[in-house]
Amino acid sequence: MSMEDQKPILEVNELNTTFHRNGRALPAVRDVSFSVARGEVLGLVGESGSGKSVTLRSIIGLARRYGDVTGQVRWKGSDLVAMPDRVLRHKQGREIAMIFQEPMTSLNPLLTVGLQLEESLRAHTDLQRKARHDRAVEMLDLVGIPSAAQRLKDYPHQFSGGMRQRVMIAIALAANPKLLLADEPTTALDVTIQAQILDLILRLAQDMDMGVVLVTHDLGVVAQTCDNLAVMYAGRIVEQGPVRDVLRAPGHPYTVGLMRSVPENLPPRTPLSSVPGVPPSLDALPTGCVFAPRCSSCIEPCLQDRPALTLITDRRQVACFNPVTNAKGNVA
Amino acid sequence: MTAVMQIRDLHLRFPTGRSLADFVTGRPGREVKALNGVDLDLKRGETLGVVGESGCGKSTLARCIVRLHTPSEGSIEFEGQDIFGKASRDDRSYYRRVQMMFQDPYSSLNPRMTTGQILTEALKVHNMRPEADIPARVAELLDLVRLPQDAQGKLPHEFSGGQRQRIAIARALAVEPEVLIADELVSALDVSVQAQVVNLLLELQQELGLTILFVAHDLRLVRHVSNRVAVIYLGRIVEIGDSETLFSAPSHPYSQALLSAAPSLNPDNRGAVTRLEGELPSPLNMPKGCPFHIRCRHANDVCRKDVPALQPFEGRGEVACHHVKEINAYA
Ligand SMILES: Nc1ncnc2c1ncn2[C@@H]1O[C@H](COP(=O)(O)OP(=O)(O)OP(=O)(O)O)[C@@H](O)[C@H]1O
Ligand SMILES: Nc1ncnc2c1ncn2[C@@H]1O[C@H](COP(=O)(O)OP(=O)(O)OP(=O)(O)O)[C@@H](O)[C@H]1O
Ligand code: SF4
Ligand code: SF4
Ligand SMILES: [Mg+2]
Ligand SMILES: [Mg+2]
Repeated sequence: MSMEDQKPILEVNELNTTFHRNGRALPAVRDVSFSVARGEVLGLVGESGSGKSVTLRSIIGLARRYGDVTGQVRWKGSDLVAMPDRVLRHKQGREIAMIFQEPMTSLNPLLTVGLQLEESLRAHTDLQRKARHDRAVEMLDLVGIPSAAQRLKDYPHQFSGGMRQRVMIAIALAANPKLLLADEPTTALDVTIQAQILDLILRLAQDMDMGVVLVTHDLGVVAQTCDNLAVMYAGRIVEQGPVRDVLRAPGHPYTVGLMRSVPENLPPRTPLSSVPGVPPSLDALPTGCVFAPRCSSCIEPCLQDRPALTLITDRRQVACFNPVTNAKGNVA
Repeated sequence: MTAVMQIRDLHLRFPTGRSLADFVTGRPGREVKALNGVDLDLKRGETLGVVGESGCGKSTLARCIVRLHTPSEGSIEFEGQDIFGKASRDDRSYYRRVQMMFQDPYSSLNPRMTTGQILTEALKVHNMRPEADIPARVAELLDLVRLPQDAQGKLPHEFSGGQRQRIAIARALAVEPEVLIADELVSALDVSVQAQVVNLLLELQQELGLTILFVAHDLRLVRHVSNRVAVIYLGRIVEIGDSETLFSAPSHPYSQALLSAAPSLNPDNRGAVTRLEGELPSPLNMPKGCPFHIRCRHANDVCRKDVPALQPFEGRGEVACHHVKEINAYA
């Protein structure tokens, strides 16, 4: 790869998203920074409520409709956070596409699947009618829906849940986006279809130079698809780096806890290890490290100050005063 | 271990509407064949895992067991008594002894009732305790599922997903069931919460001697919790056997393909997968012969003609495949 290829296409700097509810400020995303290069897949993992979806929604410009978003999202030389809605709308769906966490609710039950695909192509590409139809057939085919040409005339309720999810993926990918924000795209799918969809996303990333941010709670999916991994906890990235490095030797106690929760290389029916306790509520974060109340490596400074994300090896960052040094995940 | 539940030749067909073409040609309405002859024993105290592609009939089977569906053919016996027979229909205790827990506890918990009220109601409906003993039992149940006592006064939305799942488990346990049907119980939870719920189930099973049917897409999890596993394809069991044996050496071509699709945690093991060719055939249009023959690379004429029966295979449980011997000869 040349230097040009490795230059990030997406750079997120100090992203902060705050919601206001009943006069209280909820810091849903705090100081999040990462970058994605062409053809690269970044995995985003973390406990429910840690801010993964809000991060994606902040990047594509949806979160600012109901929350305060600050920081920078650098995309092709401009800053999406500062961009007026009118200009941003032109990029949404065309250059930057998102697959939402609840795809079942994003299809219109009254329109055929074909119409919805072609409508999206009309809005986001310059293709003519005939070309749009061909592209729609091609996309359904790509996501593994058999007899695609006939199925275009069907309504969403005539598709199984997994097929509807694949239609949403087809719609997101139809306009050849350069950045795909995928929020748990395969969680409702069985392993065989999941493998098929992840293959497709990987192929597009490689062949079309598409950058991908992939939110998932399946560490197997991360291991199989991502180049880099960022772990979020209570709105912050607490560890990030190349997938191999992080999964082989996790440094943040929370990452270690997540990895140990996966039943792998364990005697059957023995207790799984899990991170004790529950995540803090956003309007009552502990002073000091946000993970301290649940952390078994907690030391004195953790209760006073918040650890910043710092490099612990040449490519890996961890936000912790007392990182785990020789944790083995359960990767053999 | 003796069988608590005996399922024999279970069939369930859902009628679907007649299409215009059906009317024109005078064809009767079509049917979705969701279950096509399931034979299964659930042994007392075991966890039986059930896996298979989406739409293969896992939930339908679970729902038959708790009588949410009535099968078109076949029988289910609980302790020797037909659960769809008149005697069982009149006996309300079945609803207590066999409990189902759903994927989304949010939709099955009344959003306007506090945890305390939800548990109290469950205890009252089945007359589990005299009125005076109910508060103590509610407290005990919360302890059992490791929820703090102040949870009693809170509404479902005030809990995290994992905590809500525990309320659902506490409600199921309130009535002291013998069999738990867990359909995608932990699928929507993140890994550390999944681990907490799974540990709770394993512990409760030991303490209370529960029998569990565990349906899930996450193969790693099914392997970890199950004693035995059944692999379903198009409404039929194609392989069943000891969990460790089946996961480490699946014998049916479909099990082999399905299990190899589970994403490995090791980033250096990428793409080591036997891909399943083609799509699951529509249950509207069942193939003749072996239901898997359209996608099976070992298929020959016999497979396209005759349905293979589920038969014991060399100490590896039971397998429904004409060529299981040859296929596994070199393995
Ligand atoms: N519109 C909103 N108004 C107020 N708070 C919100 C809003 N959207 C999200 N939040 C809060 O922001 C936090 C982060 O939510 P987010 O949806 O990003 O979590 P997540 O990491 O995607 O979790 P999950 O794995 O459950 O999808 C949560 O505490 C959530 O309650
Ligand atoms: N009420 C119903 N009416 C008509 N068809 C139904 C009904 N319920 C289920 N089916 C069909 O029966 C088949 C089996 O469905 P079932 O829900 O049991 O699958 P499953 O194995 O649980 O799948 P998943 O993994 O997606 O939950 C599917 O083809 C489904 O479309
Ligand atoms: S900073 Fe301290 S409390 Fe926080 S994760 Fe590291 S060791 Fe634990
Ligand atoms: S019976 Fe034939 S088609 Fe069916 S799984 Fe065995 S080899 Fe394949
Ligand atoms: Mg989310
Ligand atoms: Mg189901």
